[in-house]
Amino acid sequence: MNICVRYFASIKDDMGIGIANIQVNDDMTVGKLFEQLTADKPYSGIVLMAVNHEYVNSSYKLKDGDEVAYFPPVTGG
Amino acid sequence: MKIKILDEKFDPWQEIVEFKRNELQNNSNIGASSVFLGTVRDFNDDETVESLFLEHYPDMTEKYLSKIVEDAIKKHKIFDGLVIHRVGELKPTDPIVIVATWSEHRDSAFDATRDIMEALKSEAPFWKKESNEKGFRWVQQDKQATVDNVET
Repeated sequence: MNICVRYFASIKDDMGIGIANIQVNDDMTVGKLFEQLTADKPYSGIVLMAVNHEYVNSSYKLKDGDEVAYFPPVTGG
Repeated sequence: MKIKILDEKFDPWQEIVEFKRNELQNNSNIGASSVFLGTVRDFNDDETVESLFLEHYPDMTEKYLSKIVEDAIKKHKIFDGLVIHRVGELKPTDPIVIVATWSEHRDSAFDATRDIMEALKSEAPFWKKESNEKGFRWVQQDKQATVDNVET
């Protein structure tokens, strides 16, 4: 399946990119995907996950065409 | 309801006057207006702040701000709500955010404004990066602001 991955704030800095289109296997979860994407340089902080602009937990199963976002706790306001 | 994300400096008081005039002018049941204004400080955690950069996640930000204001309208029975939030480069004293609500009585306006602000701080995808002569750092979240689905 094709997935769009987006990173924000300190995670974007760590990854060195803000957006990537990638192919993943069926039955991939949003949490497992983050582990794979950061396998070379594991991220030690808290990471929040969203799919199609909604917060999800790490067990969310990805679907073809999903937009996944990984980012640290929010600090607006 | 009005949600705006702006990448340039704005006048919060002018925005409130215009919203009230355009959206609420004929509502003679309004007895209370409540406003929260957040501005950039020139220090944080004992460090000087020379500038602040605000990043956001377009579309998700608007979606969550709309949901937060809709929830407040239902919960507190307010007439309407306004949220304006800056992104991009800001300097000390610049307005970052305004939240304004209008209701029949003060309690619901005070409570709705606070609820919107607290939900914004824990859910809306904005991130602050502070800069000074030593470099920059991403601001850490307040201990009060948490979401249920945090993964570690």
